[in-house]
Amino acid sequence: MTAPSTRTSDAFVEYLLRLGDDRLVLGHRLSEWCGHAPILEEDIALANIALDLVGQGTMLLKLAGETESKGRSEDALAYFRDTVDYRNALICELPKGDFGVTIVRQFLVSVFSVLQWERLASSVNEQLAGIAAKALKECRYHVRHAGEWVIMLGDGTEESHVRAQTALDDLWRFTGELFLADDVDRSVAKEGLGVDPSQLETAWRSQVADVVRRATLTMPGDVYMQRGGREGRHTEHLGHMLAEMQIVARSHPGASW
Amino acid sequence: MSAGVAHTRAEIFEILDAVKDPEVPVLSVVELGVVRDVEIDAHGVTVVITPTYSGCPAMKVIEDDIVAALHEHGIPQVTVRTTYSPAWTTDWMSDEAKRKLEAYGIAPPGAVARDDELVPLRRRGAPIRCPYCHSTNTRIESEFGSTACKAICYCADCRQPFELFKAM
Repeated sequence: MTAPSTRTSDAFVEYLLRLGDDRLVLGHRLSEWCGHAPILEEDIALANIALDLVGQGTMLLKLAGETESKGRSEDALAYFRDTVDYRNALICELPKGDFGVTIVRQFLVSVFSVLQWERLASSVNEQLAGIAAKALKECRYHVRHAGEWVIMLGDGTEESHVRAQTALDDLWRFTGELFLADDVDRSVAKEGLGVDPSQLETAWRSQVADVVRRATLTMPGDVYMQRGGREGRHTEHLGHMLAEMQIVARSHPGASW
Repeated sequence: MSAGVAHTRAEIFEILDAVKDPEVPVLSVVELGVVRDVEIDAHGVTVVITPTYSGCPAMKVIEDDIVAALHEHGIPQVTVRTTYSPAWTTDWMSDEAKRKLEAYGIAPPGAVARDDELVPLRRRGAPIRCPYCHSTNTRIESEFGSTACKAICYCADCRQPFELFKAM
């Protein structure tokens, strides 16, 4: 085959939007802690991690726009798409909750991200491979940060233990979606462009279980798994978040700062 | 003005070595490893850069500073191109650059750990030396500091908080 078929190219754009939207939306949620975190060091840490994620999202959406070749920049994709056009997993858009919810979510998603980036670093698309190699280094810091906090909260006070366990139980039903593979995933995996997320579940589960055990927390049992984000069916929370995130760009289209 | 560039590649690197990182002004963008390559052709100069961290807000300033520095030296046609591969690493930093960092009050990065473990949950590596009193009786307070590339440390001997340039 000389050039990727249109269908492969479409699937790759869709795949990049999923990768990019996960980072952008989670990064924005995390940025909501700026100025509100329980201690100064955490305020700085969460803002730093948010910055990494928004930066990763920017690179991915830029690549999505270039691959799509319809003249959409990363800013156009971030600020001028509506809820139904967003492709992030639902877990990324849930409100930030208390510090326990934020930390547990950050841990669950960061472990998944590290597994994804490790494989994407050998994508046949050189640009994506480059982004992955860089993001992988950042995400290892993210996992360590969140992982240490999960252990401190779980194995901390009675209150922090309860909150961490509640967060884990509440968030669990949003984890299944991360590993769902559809035609888009299978197509990009087959071409060596992307990774089939269903192949990451075993490694993810074992690493999460290890930290959960060390945190004296209990792994949640099987529950009904929520889904829809990859097809643009989101919770009511995303629209509110986007309204805030997009208002300046939409009120002043074309403005530069 | 003729379209050709009168400067050699080495001369351009020299000019760029005067462009400092806006967040760590003791290091140049060349010493930091942000400048990856310089290409000269009939149309002008292309400077290839790579970002330190994905979301590093200093990158735009660095780009503008590079263009301004070359303009100042009479090179009007300057393009800055960003590459992501290979990914930036603090291992590119020379010993000289690390000495400058320490003298400036920032502990320099150690070698990047190459472990096969999925994600180690405990920090490892050589102890961090306080840039003020050189004691290694120090601890990391947080792996995230005032900029994406720095961690916050504390020296238990001279009781001075200090920053560490993270190994990346």
